[in-house]
Amino acid sequence: MSEEAAPSLNRRRLIELVGASVGGAAAYQVMTRLGFASESPYRGPIKLEGDPKGASVVILGAGLAGMTAAIELERAGYHVSVLEFNLRPGGRNWTLRGGDVYTELGGATQTCEFDPGLYINPGPWRIPYHHHAILDYCRRFGVTLEPFIQLNHNAFLHSSTAFDGKPQRIRDVKADFDGGVSELLAKATRKGALDDEVSTEDREILLEALRSIGALDKDFHYKTGEDSAYHRGHAKDPGGGLGAEPIDGAPIGLHDILTSRLWRGLQNFLSYDFQTTMFQPVGGMGRIGEAFARQIPDRIRYGAKVVSIRQNETGVTVAFEDLAASGAVREAKADWCVCALPLTILSQLPIDVSAPMRAAIDAVPYASAVKFGLQFSRRFWEEDEHIFGGISYTDLPIRQISYPSTNFNAGGKGVLLGGYTFDGPNSYEFTAMSPPERLRRAVEFGVQIHPQYGAEFENGVSVAWHRVPFTLGCAGDWSDEARSAHYNDLCQIDGRIVLAGEHASYIPAWQEGAILSALDAIQRLHKRVVAS
Amino acid sequence: MRLLAPLALALIVAATLGWEALADDAAVKSAPMSRGWVFGERSGVDLFDNVCAACHQPDAKGAAAAAAYPPLAADKKLASADFVLTALFKGLRGMPPLGDMMTDGQVADVVNYVRTHFGNSYTDAVSASQAATARKTAAP
Repeated sequence: MSEEAAPSLNRRRLIELVGASVGGAAAYQVMTRLGFASESPYRGPIKLEGDPKGASVVILGAGLAGMTAAIELERAGYHVSVLEFNLRPGGRNWTLRGGDVYTELGGATQTCEFDPGLYINPGPWRIPYHHHAILDYCRRFGVTLEPFIQLNHNAFLHSSTAFDGKPQRIRDVKADFDGGVSELLAKATRKGALDDEVSTEDREILLEALRSIGALDKDFHYKTGEDSAYHRGHAKDPGGGLGAEPIDGAPIGLHDILTSRLWRGLQNFLSYDFQTTMFQPVGGMGRIGEAFARQIPDRIRYGAKVVSIRQNETGVTVAFEDLAASGAVREAKADWCVCALPLTILSQLPIDVSAPMRAAIDAVPYASAVKFGLQFSRRFWEEDEHIFGGISYTDLPIRQISYPSTNFNAGGKGVLLGGYTFDGPNSYEFTAMSPPERLRRAVEFGVQIHPQYGAEFENGVSVAWHRVPFTLGCAGDWSDEARSAHYNDLCQIDGRIVLAGEHASYIPAWQEGAILSALDAIQRLHKRVVAS
Repeated sequence: MRLLAPLALALIVAATLGWEALADDAAVKSAPMSRGWVFGERSGVDLFDNVCAACHQPDAKGAAAAAAYPPLAADKKLASADFVLTALFKGLRGMPPLGDMMTDGQVADVVNYVRTHFGNSYTDAVSASQAATARKTAAP
């Protein structure tokens, strides 16, 4: 199958083209670059000053947006109640552990068979250092964080059509690309080709910079030797005693790196969203949702499927099916409503809102994403390949393999993220498969990178987000056109209803977006309540 | 062909070791997956099975939980081919514009397949050029 040319290079297509190279994370990164802000404007806990005079708020959805709203509104003196479809808090903030049973849309059920202590985060799995709000809530609610390893120089970049399908170390690709490009640029500079662009003084500084960044030798060459080995390491590492001297390896030629397209994987470590230091909660991302829920004991009603949202001049009435009582329809009434349901769900519900908000609710398609958690009988990536955390990127449909960022060097079993697709054909194709078929494919692809898969694979789970019963999709996948036409309408307070969630933010698909959206919504709501 | 060597190795390893259970159902279904960002499937049935079925389910009967994927089986809305084409190129509420990842021919094939199976029998087939027109109309 060819990578066919696009009819026109619109934004979505550009994202797809980038995605074709290195997978969903990169596509996502472009999505954030093209008009989506990144750094969180969060500057500390919000203060909702003024007396709400006993006002009540019904909050729909106990994901991070809904729970943020509930926690902060309760602190400000509101009577809050939360309706949640699932039997647990967190929503997409979710960790699967051994013994967990997961039934996807369509009815296929998987039982996670991981050993104790092992887990996979099917949804969010890493937190950038500049997502200030979620970091602050973790600190306030006692969620212990540890580093999430995004960049591991010893992980792989892999192309099924380059280097005979043999994975290459990120260290080598990066050092050799930087070295090769620096050498070229130094050559051009020394020939005077850049004399119109740089002053004589800058020229000398540039050459020194290229030598330093590119690991060039005294003659500005990038070649086998101690200078290049300083960045790329050795074919044989230095040791002790007799026969201990290192042997330098031969760099990969620039032509081979360029034509392999492996350089495309490097952007996964350059983008703002993925720069070090990233974090993860000890024990799984789900620890955050659990910690939020502990702040509002007895306020969340689980197993409540919202079926309609009505409002008039005096209040809001939410009808829901009580799933523990055979779907008996009950009502929750309140003065106000913060609705943090995904738009996939909200767009199917009767809701009394203005036509512009209704149009906004209907305007956002949801991204496709699939994740795999695979348990292996030993941590061969650490023991055999010396890969401690980090991510290998591949052009295979699984797109990436992420190694656990915890319990390093301790032996025993381990769980890999055995694939993570974000949009694109493969994401839908994996979703359309049965869970056993998905797993079989993930193992079959993974063995092309790690041959140990065959001997060491024990069990696994997969989560295809379009088949997740409580979201029917991964996250709001705004187009620029839809955002400019509808985003402001989506975020208005409509009578007594305001929406919250990652879809109502400029940080889509991130937990930070969900929290910031909730904080913004309740600050505006509170102003209105206090003024009334 | 380079791909085959590691695959063969994988199967040999698999046959002797850990994942017999998974390998057993390999024979049942192992269509190739797409490369790149246009679907590789080349027939209406393959497109349905590997794309539409992700949400609307293999039997086209849809699925429901917190919200629902509507059935495409015996679906009166499919009487309008334009409705289906528009959904594919513009998306429909939470549904992404999947036609963006298909050629005009693929769109026509999958629309025609769905409209003549699963209890649907709409015989006014859509052509690739109709799909091309719908794609242009849907463009922002």
